[in-house]
Formats: sequence, structure tokens, C-alpha cells
Amino acid sequence: MADTMQFDLVSPERNLMSVAAREVRLPGTEGDLTAMPGHAPAIVNLRPGLVTVIAGDGAQTEFAVTGGFVEINADSVTLLAERGHPRTEMTQEVLNEMLVSAHRRVKQAEEKRETVGEEIVTAAVKLLGDMQALGTHIGLDPNQANFPD
Amino acid sequence: MPSLKDLKNRIGSVKNTRKITKAMQMVAAAKLRRAQEAAEAARPYADRMASVMAGLTASAAGSASAPRLLAGTGEDRRHLLVVLTSERGLAGGFNSSIVKLARQHVAELQAQGKEVAIVTVGKKAREQLKREYASLFVHHVDLSEVKRIAYDNAREIAEGILDRFENGEFDVATLFYSRFESVISQVPTARQIIPAVVEEADEATLGASALYEYEPDETGILNELLPRSIATQVFAALLENAASEQGARMTAMDNATRNAGDMIDRLTTEYNRSRQAAITKELIEIISGAEAL
Repeated sequence: MADTMQFDLVSPERNLMSVAAREVRLPGTEGDLTAMPGHAPAIVNLRPGLVTVIAGDGAQTEFAVTGGFVEINADSVTLLAERGHPRTEMTQEVLNEMLVSAHRRVKQAEEKRETVGEEIVTAAVKLLGDMQALGTHIGLDPNQANFPD
Repeated sequence: MPSLKDLKNRIGSVKNTRKITKAMQMVAAAKLRRAQEAAEAARPYADRMASVMAGLTASAAGSASAPRLLAGTGEDRRHLLVVLTSERGLAGGFNSSIVKLARQHVAELQAQGKEVAIVTVGKKAREQLKREYASLFVHHVDLSEVKRIAYDNAREIAEGILDRFENGEFDVATLFYSRFESVISQVPTARQIIPAVVEEADEATLGASALYEYEPDETGILNELLPRSIATQVFAALLENAASEQGARMTAMDNATRNAGDMIDRLTTEYNRSRQAAITKELIEIISGAEAL
């Protein structure tokens, strides 16, 4: 069995990363998981969080993603993320912006609670919570964002 | 017969016009390259999305629990047309051909007694459809402030469409845009996005999709994916449109530059002729004056 697999991180606008990886750690909606070569084929939804890629030579790269989904095969992992930022580029401003947009979504969902149903509101609130956790996890302050009312 | 001065002025003004169209052509060429690169860069995501969707929809389409975005509302009465055009003109037939296609659809749908609503993206669609169909407009998206089309623009448009769908405002949504084939060929295209069109999955993809484990279950993933796939399709359409617009503008400006060149040639000939005529006339006057003495 090969000891690496092809990892691609793709955003709608461009290809962010394409590398031979030994291991990829992913924040799935139902719990974190690690994909290694030879993994059973799976398609998994992601929550906002950190993706850790360990390349064939042991170099470790981290990305903050705002959700998306990942397609895992025995010899390849393809991550489709709406937004992905390398951890080094993940500044307070970027986090603030993400939080504001997540917050807006919560607001919108709450306003239309009757039509969209409780589930959507819960999902939006959870999304915001995940993002705050992500911020804290990489050492940024999730409380700096100014939420417009 | 225009005077020499008039001709000279006209030659000057056509020369200026030629300079402008030439410059616009070169700007369009540069922008076209960038637009093509952007469209190119967006392709992997869209392709992956499409292949995963094809596998999922093929297995879910038949089941009763299929999401409404896929199965539709069960009706085909109210249509939403999303017409994507540019903010600027001077691009040959680019905007008109998209609008023409949309207009045909409106006419057809209305002839069948269906309700039609229109969302316009870009100023030109609004301007051209306003006269006949102003009463059908439900929303307009202004992209004039947007320099480079980003995914967020597409997402906003898609969210707007999805909101309307959730509120039960329409049954079928169709995108109108121009597909970029080459610099000289852009094809106006209509593409249905809601309910999602199930692509004919071949045996291989069907077999492959059955192998996947889904976490959460297939319906859960499909519910997440469908809205995203609509945003992706809008994004792809916007990018294709941007490339088509620049391609059409380049061709149009190339023609305009060539026409201006022809016109300058014609005017210059005319100018030279009338100048020569004036000289000859003066000479005849002098000679006949001298002979009279």
C-alpha cells in the first residue's frame, strides 16, 4: 500500500493546495476524523474548524475552513471548502469577518423561524459556536467582532 | 459638398474614435485573459461538486424523501428567470442575445399560461427588459461596484433565489447567461437550476457512489450540497458571462476599429479630391483671367 495519498484543497475560486499527504485531520460535522491512505471511500460534511495536513515529508500545514465537504478515497482526499485560509494568514480581521457573516445568518434564521423551522436556527447557532471555538483554538479572540444589530 | 474644413474635422474625429475603440479592444483582451483564468481556476471545484452531486442525486431522485430542491414542488406553474448580463454595453450583441433568449422564454411560458417572474443581474438586462416586462421584475442585483467577481457575489444571488424558493414564490428557476466557447463565439444559454437537473449518471459513477460511506446520511449531505451547488452554478455562470462579455467586446471593438480605418480612408480620398478640385478651379480662373487680357 502506498504511504501517501493525493490531497487537494479546492475553493470555488481556485485550487488552494495540492500535495501528497500522509495524513489529513478533518473536522467532520459528527466528530473529527483522520484520513490516511487506504481509507474506505466516504463523503463527509465538515463544520468550521482546522484541517491539518501532514505531507509525505512530514511537513505539517493547517488550514481554517468555514465548512464544506470532503470526498475520501483510498488514494486521494478532496476537500471542497467555501473558504479556506492557511493558519498563518488567519488574522483577527479574517476571523471577525467570518463571525460577522455567521452572526448575520443566525439573525436571518431567527427572523424567519416560523418558515424555515427550528432546525435551521439551531444549525446557524451551532455554526457560529463552531467558528468561535475555531477562533479560540488558534489563539484569536472571538469576542472582538462587532455585530451589527 | 462639404467644405474642406468640415472634411478635415470629420477625419480628425473618426481618428479619435479609432484610438478609443483600439484602446478598448486592448483592454478587453487583457481582461479576457484574466476572466478566462478565473473561469479556469473555478473549474476543479465545480467539476468535483458535479460528480459528487451526480452520484448522490441518482440514488436520491427516485426516493420519496428527496429534498424539494431536487424533486421540485411537484408543480410547473410559476417560473423564475434569472437573467445575467453585464453592467456595461459596447460589447456587440452580447447582452442583446442573452436578453433575446430570455424574452423568447417569457413569451413561450406566458403562451402556456404560466406565471413568470424575473430577477435581473447587471444593468443591461434591466434596461432592455424594462419596457415590456417591468411588471414581472421581482429583484435586481447590481454588480457595478464589483471589480472581480468573487464567490460571495454568487452566493448572495443564490441565497436570494433560495429564499424565494423557501417562501414558495416559484416552482422552477432558470439561469440565462452566455457560455464562453471562444473569443469569437459566445452562446446564450438557458440552464435550469431548481429543481436540480439530474445528470445521466453512467454505470461507473453509480457504482462508485454506492461504495461511499456518507456521514451524515445521504439526505443530510444532499441538503447541505444542493444550496451550495446552486451557488456554484451561479458562480460558474457569472464567470462564463464575464469571459464572454470581454470576448464579445474585443470582437466588437476590433470591428469598430477596422470600420473607423475604412471610413478614414474614404474621407481622406474625398478630402484630397475636393482639394484638387479647388486648386484646379482656381487655376482655371487665373488662366481664363490672363487670356481675357
